[in-house]
Amino acid sequence: MIKLLQHLGLYFIMMKKVTSAPEKWSVFRKQLILEMEKVGLKSVSLVIILSFFVGAVVSIQTAFNMTSPLLPSYLVGLASRDSLILEFSPTMISLILAGKVGSSIASEIGSMRVTEQIDALEIMGINSASFLILPKIIATVLFFPFLIIMSMGIGMIGAWVGGLSADVTTADFMYGLKYDFRPFYITYAVVKTTFFAFIISSVSAYFGYHTKGGAIAVGKSSTTAVVSSSILILLFNYILTDIILS
Amino acid sequence: MIEIQNVEKSFEENHVLKNVSFLFEKGKTNLIIGESGSGKTTLIKILIGLHKIDSGTVLFDGVDFNAIKTKQQRILRQEIGMLFQGGALYDYMTVEENIMFPLSMFTDKTEQEKLERVNFCLKRVNLEGKNDLMPSELSGGMTKRVAIARAIVMQPKYLLCDEPNSGLDPKTAIIIDNLIQEITKEYNITTIVNTHDMNSVMEIGENIAFINNGEIWWTGNKDGLLNSDNKELNDFVFASKLFKRLKS
Repeated sequence: MIKLLQHLGLYFIMMKKVTSAPEKWSVFRKQLILEMEKVGLKSVSLVIILSFFVGAVVSIQTAFNMTSPLLPSYLVGLASRDSLILEFSPTMISLILAGKVGSSIASEIGSMRVTEQIDALEIMGINSASFLILPKIIATVLFFPFLIIMSMGIGMIGAWVGGLSADVTTADFMYGLKYDFRPFYITYAVVKTTFFAFIISSVSAYFGYHTKGGAIAVGKSSTTAVVSSSILILLFNYILTDIILS
Repeated sequence: MIEIQNVEKSFEENHVLKNVSFLFEKGKTNLIIGESGSGKTTLIKILIGLHKIDSGTVLFDGVDFNAIKTKQQRILRQEIGMLFQGGALYDYMTVEENIMFPLSMFTDKTEQEKLERVNFCLKRVNLEGKNDLMPSELSGGMTKRVAIARAIVMQPKYLLCDEPNSGLDPKTAIIIDNLIQEITKEYNITTIVNTHDMNSVMEIGENIAFINNGEIWWTGNKDGLLNSDNKELNDFVFASKLFKRLKS
């Protein structure tokens, strides 16, 4: 418990440093573009592949479980849509991104810490936390919602392909996709994703920034960052769902 | 010049620096020597503000570093060039970007002016034309020279070097030592070198402080070092057979 409180205290001290204004906006803009590419663009292919296949599997499983002839086949489209929008895209993709982006952030900053690159920034008179972490947080918070919306679209294409192989006609599937659609679900997913993006980048950066030791410590920080981010994502998924949907 | 007065530092139960006072003179290569674990690195980290002192004062040309505000400390730090043990080059930047980085952060120079300054510094450390190399493509000696170029690009008043020769062969180590000394004289700056390499001490030791168990046991220059009758200093300096032979 004391250790948890220590982590919390250090996290908020770090975040206070992170949120101070950058030393030079032109350099900050360059860093932000670089981070957008690293944490956002480089995750696009992974999100496309995952979303397509999971979408396909969700629709096949839904069709497989609809054993009663009373259930209309358009329900496959409807169930796939709601599963993807409400849970798979925002939460599962965020968990996967916590593994990819979170470990990358923690190991990058951790390596900079153990090789004294962060000390070098500090000695130059640069606020290292703001310089290194703020662009990462802004990049993830801005970019992840786009990734998630893209994941929803690709997932539905996958679900349609999966539905075809489970004998659900395109017309039925499209009808199910449009049936009782609530745009608020998208808002809910985007709000969740924004929170998750902040958790992934700030928590991973925290563990990287406080790395002590050598290469093994960097690996440990990276693992701790992924585990902690994942647990926090699941916790906040529950809290946000309870607040927004109930 | 940099002056430390009655500096004390502990890490929990471990009393690392005990009432340390010393004057690092301008225009000279000032050396902090001592065994591993004697407190050298802690002292240099105190000088650059990475560790806070428990008591005492650190004066940069009369300005008490610990008495000024964080913002002023940041401004003062821009006058300090630091050469880290491993170089600490930003591994996602090229050599040119590494050296240009402080200029981009703290000056309003044009790209052309910055490039001219980078090329001047690269020429000064004999690495002309190596602008586009990545740190991973550099040898140990080249890494140190790029780090020196980055440290001097802002024309600092103080140059601090932590174990500049660690991991280098004797020939390259001498090149780095001489480069540090030449730069010190050329720009008339206060240079502090933290080392336990006796070759370095004999090469560039103009003003030396010997630290043992967190205390300064001896001060002087390289000539005085050879003739000292301080037992702890002699045990450290003449630990190798080569230096024992030199003494006899």
